[in-house]
Amino acid sequence: MSDRIEKRVEIKASVSRVWRALTDYREFGEWFGVKLEGPFVPGQVSRGFITHPGYEHLEWVAVVQRMEFEQLFSFTWHPYAVDPKTDYTGEPPTLVEFVLEAIPEGCRLLLTESGFDKIPAHRRLEAFRMNEGGWTVQMKNIESHATQNP
Amino acid sequence: MPLRTHNPTHASLQTQAPVFAALGDETRLVLVARLAQGIPCSLSQLTEGSHLTRQAIAKHLRVLQKVGIIHSLRSGRESLFRFDPKPLERVTEQLELWSDQWDQALSRLKAFVETEVRE
Repeated sequence: MSDRIEKRVEIKASVSRVWRALTDYREFGEWFGVKLEGPFVPGQVSRGFITHPGYEHLEWVAVVQRMEFEQLFSFTWHPYAVDPKTDYTGEPPTLVEFVLEAIPEGCRLLLTESGFDKIPAHRRLEAFRMNEGGWTVQMKNIESHATQNP
Repeated sequence: MPLRTHNPTHASLQTQAPVFAALGDETRLVLVARLAQGIPCSLSQLTEGSHLTRQAIAKHLRVLQKVGIIHSLRSGRESLFRFDPKPLERVTEQLELWSDQWDQALSRLKAFVETEVRE
């Protein structure tokens, strides 16, 4: 069971252009599908609403963490905060990081979402997996089952 | 589609919290590890070799049953307990779903930026 999601995409546009698409709140909203209230500011909450038809009632809430010019943009959010009636502020958030890198073709973007291991007791489960052969085998079975039966 | 909004199972990781909470106990982890080997066991078999009483083991088994990690089945006069990987499977599926949604979001970003460059 992985505690993170990692993605890599090569974009035929300059690092500056990708940086703008990520950090300008209007541009971010365009491709992400969210109408944000205002600009991203490190340390501050970013709010808005999903723009996809049928999901406009869903609020977007994230806390901007770091904005290192044309290098790194990160925020934390609650990966399962989808019920408008529930307060998720007490739950551990995950960290979403975008790292930009110049390449001859344009820009390489690395995305990482981490912190899924903060789900209660997951660490202990992980530690346990290391120690117990039988459990490791079961986890592999689970993984292959899930992959083969999407 | 926007991230995290199009699948009815998107709230399921939240519902997985009790699963992990149930596993957050040494005794229960040992019980799960034993049953995860695939052979259903009776309460007596599970109590054997443990310093805990039958009642204590039964109580831990009930916690695991409540979140669906184990199920009991009747075999003659006694109940056997067997492991069910599904609750843990769902956590893995959830991560894969979110992984796919990031793929979609990043391809929208790519299209958004690259299309504009060409215009």
